[in-house]
Amino acid sequence: MERLRVLAAMSGGVDSAVAAARAADAGHEVTGVHLALSANPQPHRTGARGCCTVEDARDARRAADVIGIPFYVWDMAERFSRDVVDDFVAEYARGRTPNPCLRCNEKIKFAAVLDRAVALGFDAVCTGHHARLDGGRLRRSVDGGKDQSYVLAVLTRRQLDRAMFPLGSSTKAQVRAEAAARGMAVAAKPDSHDVCFIPDGDTRAFLASRLGDAPGRIVTQDGALIGQHEGAYAFTVGQRKGLRVGAPASDGKPRYVLDIEPASRTVTVGPREALDTREIVAERAVWTGCEPLAGPRHCLVQLRAHGEVHPATAELDGELLRIRLHEPARGVARGQAAVLYDGDTVLGSGTIAATG
Amino acid sequence: MGYMDSAGRRPGQGPDRVVYLDHAATTPLLPEALSAMTEELGQLGNPSSLHNAGRRARRVVEESREQIADVFDARPSEVIFTAGGTEADNLAVKGLYWARQGGRQGGPGKRRRVLTTPVEHHAVLDSVHWLTEHEAAEQSLLPVDPAGALRPGTLAGAIEASPGSVALVTVMWANNEVGTVQPVAELAGIAHEHGIPFHTDAVQAAGQLPVSFAASGADAMTITAHKFGGPVGAGALLLARGVQPVPVLHGGGQESEVRSGTLDAPAIRAFAVAATVMAGRRQQEAARLAGLRDDLIAQVRAAVPDAVLNGPPAGPGRLPGNVHFSFPGCEGDALLMLLDAKGIACSTGSACTAGVAQPSHVLLAMGADEARARGSLRFSLGHTTTQQDVDALGAVIGEVVQRARRAL
Repeated sequence: MERLRVLAAMSGGVDSAVAAARAADAGHEVTGVHLALSANPQPHRTGARGCCTVEDARDARRAADVIGIPFYVWDMAERFSRDVVDDFVAEYARGRTPNPCLRCNEKIKFAAVLDRAVALGFDAVCTGHHARLDGGRLRRSVDGGKDQSYVLAVLTRRQLDRAMFPLGSSTKAQVRAEAAARGMAVAAKPDSHDVCFIPDGDTRAFLASRLGDAPGRIVTQDGALIGQHEGAYAFTVGQRKGLRVGAPASDGKPRYVLDIEPASRTVTVGPREALDTREIVAERAVWTGCEPLAGPRHCLVQLRAHGEVHPATAELDGELLRIRLHEPARGVARGQAAVLYDGDTVLGSGTIAATG
Repeated sequence: MGYMDSAGRRPGQGPDRVVYLDHAATTPLLPEALSAMTEELGQLGNPSSLHNAGRRARRVVEESREQIADVFDARPSEVIFTAGGTEADNLAVKGLYWARQGGRQGGPGKRRRVLTTPVEHHAVLDSVHWLTEHEAAEQSLLPVDPAGALRPGTLAGAIEASPGSVALVTVMWANNEVGTVQPVAELAGIAHEHGIPFHTDAVQAAGQLPVSFAASGADAMTITAHKFGGPVGAGALLLARGVQPVPVLHGGGQESEVRSGTLDAPAIRAFAVAATVMAGRRQQEAARLAGLRDDLIAQVRAAVPDAVLNGPPAGPGRLPGNVHFSFPGCEGDALLMLLDAKGIACSTGSACTAGVAQPSHVLLAMGADEARARGSLRFSLGHTTTQQDVDALGAVIGEVVQRARRAL
C-alpha cells in the first residue's frame, strides 16, 4: 500500500475522529485539520444542532492527540459563508429547496480544502462520511440508514480520486464502539444534524432574517385564492402541515404544497395526486460511476437525502439529464440532487431543475 | 491504539529534531533553574505560615526577591510576585487606573484617559479596553511609526491636550512581535512632568536588553520568568516605592496586600536562578543573538528576495533575538504548518481566536494591509539557539514559501 500524505478533516464529531484514526493506522502520514466554518463560533453546542463551535474544535484537537497526529485549524468561514450559506439563501429566494451539505462537499471540503491540501503537498482528503470508494466509484455505506453517498454524489471523478472514506464498511454502531475502544471522549458525543449553520434549527426564521418575511397568497392549481401566508420560506414542496387556509378542500382531502413561486411569493396547493412527479429534468450532471450516458439507461434514482430509491430511466439530452420515473414519486423539490444508482454504486448526479 | 513517541507523535510523523525559533513565546528552562525548582518542589511549607516549615519557605521567597531586585535594579520591596506577565499587566493597568480615580472603582474621577499604543500585548490592550467598557475609561491608542516606535513628541502632545484627565500611560519596553525597542526612559520622563504614572511591559526586554527599573523612571514594570529560562507561572510587577495600585486579587493579604495568594516558592526560586544566570550572560548573549539574528535575516533574504522585514532595522532599536518577515503571496498559517512538518517551530505572532489566527494587530497598527499582516512569520532566538538552527531555516525557507504561494 502506498503511504500517502493525508489531510483528515476533523469536525469534532465521532465519525471524522475514527476516520482519521483508521487512516493513521493504515500507515498513512495523517495531519488533522478542523475547519472553522462559522464566522461567529459559539463556545459550545446547545443540543444536537450546530457545529464548529469552540468546543468542537477542542474535541477535534483532543481526538488528534489520542491518535498522535499533528493538528491545525483552518479558517474557511469566509468561503463557507459565500459558497454555502449565501447559496442556500439564494436558492430559497429562487423558490428552490437546496441541500447545503451537497454544496459544502462540492465547494468547500473537496474544493477549497482539497485544493489547499494538494498545494501544500497532501495526496488526499479524508473525511468521516459514511460511504465507500470502490475502484474510484462511490458506493453506499454498509449502514444503509447512515449512508451519505447521496451528498457525496455531486463530486467529480477528479475530486473522488483524492478522497478517502475509511468508514464505509462499518455501521455507525461499530464506529462508536471503535471510538470508545480507542479512548476517544467523542465516542458518546451526539451527532449534529440538520443544517449546521442554523444551530437553533429554525430555518424559516433564518431565511426571514436574510430575505425578509415574504408573505403572499396561497392559491389552488386553477389560481383561486384560498388564503394568505406569512412567509414563503416556511414551505417545501410536498409539505402538508402549516398550511393555514380558511376552508378545507372541496373533496375533504388534505392539501399539499405543490409549488412556491418566488417572485410573487405565491404558494400553490393541491391534492396529493398533484404531487405526483413522473419526469425530472436535472442540470449540471456529474458522472463518476460510468461514462456520460450515450443512450437511455435503467437505474435507481434517489431524490433527497435519506429518501427512498425509485426505478427510473435516465437519458442525456444535451446539457440536461432527463429522468423518467417508472412509478410516480412525491415531494420532489427543485434544487435537490437526483442521484442515479446501479445497485449501491453511484453512477452520477444532477441538480433537479424541473419536475413534471 | 497505535504507537506514539514521547512527543505524542507516531513513528515517521514529523522529524525527530526540533529547530526551536519561538523563544518569544517561551524559552527552555535553564538546567540550573530546573534543579533549583525540583529541589524546592520536594520541600513543604506555605511561605505565609509562621512556623519553621513556613519560615523556611519564606526565606526562599525573600532571597529570591532580593536576587531578582538586584538583577533589575530595584529594591526588594518594589518586587511584587504574580503568576506571570499577564497578571502583572492586569494589576498595573487596572490597579493604577482605579488608584487614580481616588481608589474607588467606578468613582466619579476626572482622570479617565489611558494613553497607550496599539502595538501593546493583548494583556495590556484588552485590560485597557475592559476599563473603557466597564469603568468609564477613555483609551488613546497613540500612533506609532512604521517601525512600531512611539515618538516622545506624540506622547507629549497627547498628554498636553488635557493633562489633568490622564489616569496613566502604559508603553511596552520592547515589542514581542516585531522587536521594536521603545524610548522608555524618555516616555516615563514626559509622563512624570505631568505627575502621571508610567507603566511598562518589559516582558520581552528582560533577558535581552539591559533593563534597569531604577534608571527607567517607570512607576511600574512587568516581567515574567519564562521568557529568559525560568518557569511558566512566575512573574512580577515592579512597583516604585509609594506606588499603590488597587489590588485585583483579594485574599490573604500577601505581597503587602497588593497581591493575595499563596506564594509559589519553587517557581519563584527558579525565577530568581534564571534571572541571575541570565544577568551574568546577558551582554554576551545579546551580542551572540544579534549576530545569529542578522545571519538569519540575510539567509531568508537570499532565499526569498521579496521577503519584507517588519519592524526596525537590525540594530539597537530592535531586540537582538527578534526577526519578523512578511512573505508576499503566502498565508502565515500555511508557512507555519509547512515549517512545523519539517521540525521548525516559529510563530505567526498573532493571537488565536478559537485556534484561527487573526491578522497581527501590531502589523496593522504599523500600517501594513491585511494581506501582509496575514502573510507573516516571527522567528525569535534565545539561549539555546545555535548557528545550525539558523542554517536549518535558511535551507528550507525558499521551498516552503514557494509551496505556500501555491496554496493561496
